[in-house]
Amino acid sequence: MTVLDTPAWRPRTDAAPLLPDPEPHRLLGTPAAARFDPALLRTLYGQLVRGRRFNQQATALTKQGRLAVYPSSTGQEACEVAAALALRAQDWLFPSYRDTLAVVTRGVDPVEALTLLRGDWHTGYDPRAQRVAPLSTPLATQLPHAVGLAHAARLSGDDVVALAMVGDGGTSEGDFHEALNFAAVWRAPAVFLVQNNGFAISVPIAKQTAAPTFAHKAVGYGMPGRLVDGNDAAAVYEVLTEAVERARTGGGPTLVEAVTYRIDAHTNADDATRYRADSEVGAWREHDPITLLEREMAGRGLLDDTWRRTVADEAETMAAALRERMNADPRLDPTELFAHVYAEPTQQLRQQEAQLRAELRAELEAGREAGRPS
Amino acid sequence: MTTATRAADRAAAPARKPATMARALNQALRDALAGDPSVHVLGEDVGTLGGVFRITDGLAEEFGEQRCTDTPLAEAGILGTAVGMAMYGLRPVVEMQFDAFAYPSFEQLVSHVAKMRNRTRGALPLPITVRIPYGGGIGGVEHHSDSSEAYYAHTPGLHVVTPATVADAYGLLRAAIASDDPVVFLEPKRLYWSKADWSPQEPAEVPPIGRAVVRRTGRTATLITYGPSLAVCLEAAEAAKEEGWDLGVVDLRSLVPFDEETVAAAVRGTGRAVVVHESSGFGGVGAEIAARITERCFHHLEAPVLRVAGFDIPYPPPMLERHHLPGVDRVLDAVGRLQEEEG
Repeated sequence: MTVLDTPAWRPRTDAAPLLPDPEPHRLLGTPAAARFDPALLRTLYGQLVRGRRFNQQATALTKQGRLAVYPSSTGQEACEVAAALALRAQDWLFPSYRDTLAVVTRGVDPVEALTLLRGDWHTGYDPRAQRVAPLSTPLATQLPHAVGLAHAARLSGDDVVALAMVGDGGTSEGDFHEALNFAAVWRAPAVFLVQNNGFAISVPIAKQTAAPTFAHKAVGYGMPGRLVDGNDAAAVYEVLTEAVERARTGGGPTLVEAVTYRIDAHTNADDATRYRADSEVGAWREHDPITLLEREMAGRGLLDDTWRRTVADEAETMAAALRERMNADPRLDPTELFAHVYAEPTQQLRQQEAQLRAELRAELEAGREAGRPS
Repeated sequence: MTTATRAADRAAAPARKPATMARALNQALRDALAGDPSVHVLGEDVGTLGGVFRITDGLAEEFGEQRCTDTPLAEAGILGTAVGMAMYGLRPVVEMQFDAFAYPSFEQLVSHVAKMRNRTRGALPLPITVRIPYGGGIGGVEHHSDSSEAYYAHTPGLHVVTPATVADAYGLLRAAIASDDPVVFLEPKRLYWSKADWSPQEPAEVPPIGRAVVRRTGRTATLITYGPSLAVCLEAAEAAKEEGWDLGVVDLRSLVPFDEETVAAAVRGTGRAVVVHESSGFGGVGAEIAARITERCFHHLEAPVLRVAGFDIPYPPPMLERHHLPGVDRVLDAVGRLQEEEG
């Protein structure tokens, strides 16, 4: 027996079943779509239309100065919606900063979901209410959190899956690697969704990775990698649902790459014309997630004009309500700045709070003296 | 008192025998694991090996690998998964093997561990203890002797504590694990093998996190210190008697929260203060303490507050570290300079 016969060097898993398919998984427009539940298609369609309208409304709110910034997921709505719908109530979602739509689709109040981007607090919702972790601005740092939570849930004997979302740029971060490695070693019930939307701000995927696909990275960790058309809502839903169920039943983590495209710029502060051609954007507009779904549903007689109008009207009502609520100035208590640093404020924080209170009183009195209404 | 009653006393109170700080830390982890099923220990080598300093010795055997877990070698992953575990209601105690090895986890610590309670308006407190063996004096090679306390102390949302005695090692670690706030628990590795009379059956009462302790009162000047430098300061105080100086020594125990009252009271009593630590002085914890003493005690001071700290250099190679680490002579020199100042 040579040294190389010892277990330390032997492959611990068979790589072949972990490899992604060469082409992204597609359902819409293929014969296989017939197996997909029509009611679910309707749900996906309603959520996509609503999600598109949400993206438009939030972008408009940046122009009105009501949001400091909005990283739009226009064009990526299928990924956002499917990520939220593939989970059960007990599961957790770990979103990145671009995933407000997934957070809202999961049931978080839209105004609370936009608190971070409006700037009145960081996380506006209670993460435990809908089991949605805070939107993470640092890249990929939320992935190990998802693994830890999934691991803890499994230790507790609970039937809980954590789904973490990350962009193509985030896959280059060390935390991406560490999270996937921990998840695979621990067989944590976690699912990783890479939304490959072509660019990390301006850097194209060719300069981001030399891997054949992001899904291929899974093999190195010992988990299956799945490649899916990120604009095909039914396919993303199907792949994520399979991955979530695999995790739930003890099969361990899965890495899913959804190939999609960011139609808008990185944020409203970005000029996308500097790094990509209009023709490229135009081609992706032809492959729009709503169009793909409409084509499928129309072909099967699942989409009539009346219902389509109902869906559009509902989305419009949602947008109007959001606009109205976002146009109200939030009521802020500046002394809350000191309330959540520690369980008990330190002596220094209590002194600083007293200082701020004095400053606020002085402002108020100065306002009164100047004859302004207090 | 009769011989018989003395014997009875001995039987009632368990004998306090010499125990090392490492032993007390191990016992604190063992008692925390036994007392609360939500406590989990994780890190590289903490399981079968019992940690490179044996602080987790026997825990995996006693509580199982699920409660004391050998992780992949990845500090950001260790702390990042601890965040998720804490979000689910566990109390993770993570071990970073050496001070400088904790740096990959710095983003998790600063961006998430320290801020999660704040970001979520109090909805998600993170009761995580991050144990970091720190400091020099053990002849460690490069990256094994950093004093990183200033980085952590500068980050709002973290508690930063460091024991200097065997009893504090036990008491502070129990308090850190019980805390609903994240605690960076800095273990002075050169004190791991320091001994004191201590009984695991009857651990001494330890003041809560955030309280400094006056280890010695004095009239000439006050030395303010923590962790590995406490022993240096106590030795300096002994040696100072030859000069006719009577030095007080304050052990901070907790850098955050910082116990201004105890420090201010001690300094007001002497009018002279020296802050002693082995980490670099520039931008260090000592600068903060000196500034606060000046702000609070200016009219009581007979001389400027001095700092005795390590040089502002990367931690030196082991054969030169004795020149870097503040020793008794440097402390006494500083006290001497204070005496030259006329009020």
